[in-house]
Amino acid sequence: MSKDSLFAKKNMKLLSDPLDDNNPITVQVLGICSALAITVQLKPAVVMALSVLVVLSVANVIVSLMRNMIPSRIRIIVFLVVIAALVILVDQVLKAFVYDVSKELSVFVGLIITNCIICGRLEAFAMANPPGKAFLDGLGNSFGYGIILIIVAFFRELLGAGTLYGYPVLEKLGVYDLGYENNGMMILPPMALVTVGVLIWWQRARNEKLIENN
Amino acid sequence: MKLFKNILESVKPHFEEGGKLEKMYPAYDAFETFLFVPDHTTKSGSHIRDAVDLKRSMAFVVLSLIPCIIFGMWNIGDQYFNAVSVETNFLNNLIFGFWKFLPLLAVSYAVGLSVEFAFAISRGHSVNEGYLVTGMLIPLIMPVDVPLWMLAVSVVFAVVIGKEVFGGTGMNILNPALTARAFLFFAYPSYMSGDKVWVHGAAVDGYSGETILGALASNTSSWDNLQWNFNDALIGYIPGSVGETSFIAIIIGALILIFSGVGSWRIILSTFLGGYLTALLFNLWGVNFLMSTPAHIHLLIGGFAFGAVFMSTDPVTGSQTNKGKIIYGLLIGFFAIVIRVFNPAYPEGMMLAILLMNVFAPLIDHYIVDANIKKRLKRIN
Repeated sequence: MSKDSLFAKKNMKLLSDPLDDNNPITVQVLGICSALAITVQLKPAVVMALSVLVVLSVANVIVSLMRNMIPSRIRIIVFLVVIAALVILVDQVLKAFVYDVSKELSVFVGLIITNCIICGRLEAFAMANPPGKAFLDGLGNSFGYGIILIIVAFFRELLGAGTLYGYPVLEKLGVYDLGYENNGMMILPPMALVTVGVLIWWQRARNEKLIENN
Repeated sequence: MKLFKNILESVKPHFEEGGKLEKMYPAYDAFETFLFVPDHTTKSGSHIRDAVDLKRSMAFVVLSLIPCIIFGMWNIGDQYFNAVSVETNFLNNLIFGFWKFLPLLAVSYAVGLSVEFAFAISRGHSVNEGYLVTGMLIPLIMPVDVPLWMLAVSVVFAVVIGKEVFGGTGMNILNPALTARAFLFFAYPSYMSGDKVWVHGAAVDGYSGETILGALASNTSSWDNLQWNFNDALIGYIPGSVGETSFIAIIIGALILIFSGVGSWRIILSTFLGGYLTALLFNLWGVNFLMSTPAHIHLLIGGFAFGAVFMSTDPVTGSQTNKGKIIYGLLIGFFAIVIRVFNPAYPEGMMLAILLMNVFAPLIDHYIVDANIKKRLKRIN
């Protein structure tokens, strides 16, 4: 075991790596389904990002604590029990405090259970690392997931509905009087895919580490 | 010409290596090779250069579009003056249509070429001629009253997402002109369908500018009871996108394409055949007015003919093998009619059918080539 402190430089990489070089959505291309489904508006995207943050970081810690006790043959089932329990908790909290958003997210909160990012991190990281590191890894990956969700939702809500977080920005700016129209295509899932695609393109053009040699 | 040559020669040093505007060389190169036959020679190995290069074949496509353009401009005027019941003549129609068509064409070329030049300069490759055809096709498949800024947005989308992300001319999966139209169709449906956009001024003055497809798709009247007859659809006295209305003008274009060898007769014929057979099949079923429309009428109305001749024959996005071309064409015709009759919300099935088959074209080719390899392997064993 390493004797570094929890916030040593090496551990901080766990936090910063998933934001760019190893982003779960744009580099590993995981969790795409939810990125397409709940990014029509900013508010559900933010709530979704927070839910995943809670579920992933807590699940990482719990699995990391149990990592030496879990028989490897049934580890996936154990992961699912942990994730499912956390997702139910999150779902209940959402229903209690932000009922309208919870209705909007509907089935997608429940589907956090099947989010590939979470199972992937548990399998690849939490099973092999101590709880402190696992917690940072969970935070980092959910930030990486959330930031893409929020960027995509920002563009889709602004161009598709002319609002930001429900506030009618474009109407206040008066662009509709100039003949501007909302872009109906931005509301459709294909444009979420295109937006994510453009993000990947921009990221790869900028970050030399991601350029593949083939 | 001498004057242009001298001007180009005098500014050339600025664009060459070490010059002030070295980065802008692709832009300079594009202008130079557009105006004059390039004098470049290859530097390594042996190359075969064909006299019919990309620029020449693109020029033939533009040439074959001219009947459609002229008829389209005339028809813009004719439809408008008929709708407002004003006495008119041939020249008047043409001039009116010209002034309506010119802004669409100008926006399409200006925006599209700017994007192409920007990408060429940032990537340091030469500007390709592909956009000369795309830029001409885009205004021909738009309604006459489409707002210019929407056209500009869709052109940017088509060139960037439809073409440049894949690596530019020759690398694209989807036909860029149809990508622009599909983008507009889904992004701003009220400007791309319904009965207010196809005749100039219909939205303001309130007369109906419904297309035949729109009228049939609303399922209120059968083909026989419509105000148009076979001759109208054949010659093109009908509302519709600028260039798609006249079957005759499109066929003249098709003949130019086929005889110059630029367009594939296999694709064109098999697309018509596929559409005709599918429409015959639906005639037997006939539960809505689109299904019971005579099969040959299906080929005349909407964008079917224009798509079959100018869109599906795109050499980049279509099938490359001879057998593949026939399968590709048959399936385009099939899907175009299927989408038309089953989904009244998308009466223009041709656009979606071609885009769909663009995606499948490499797969078709793969299996054709594979089958050929297997057949020949058997022969040697």
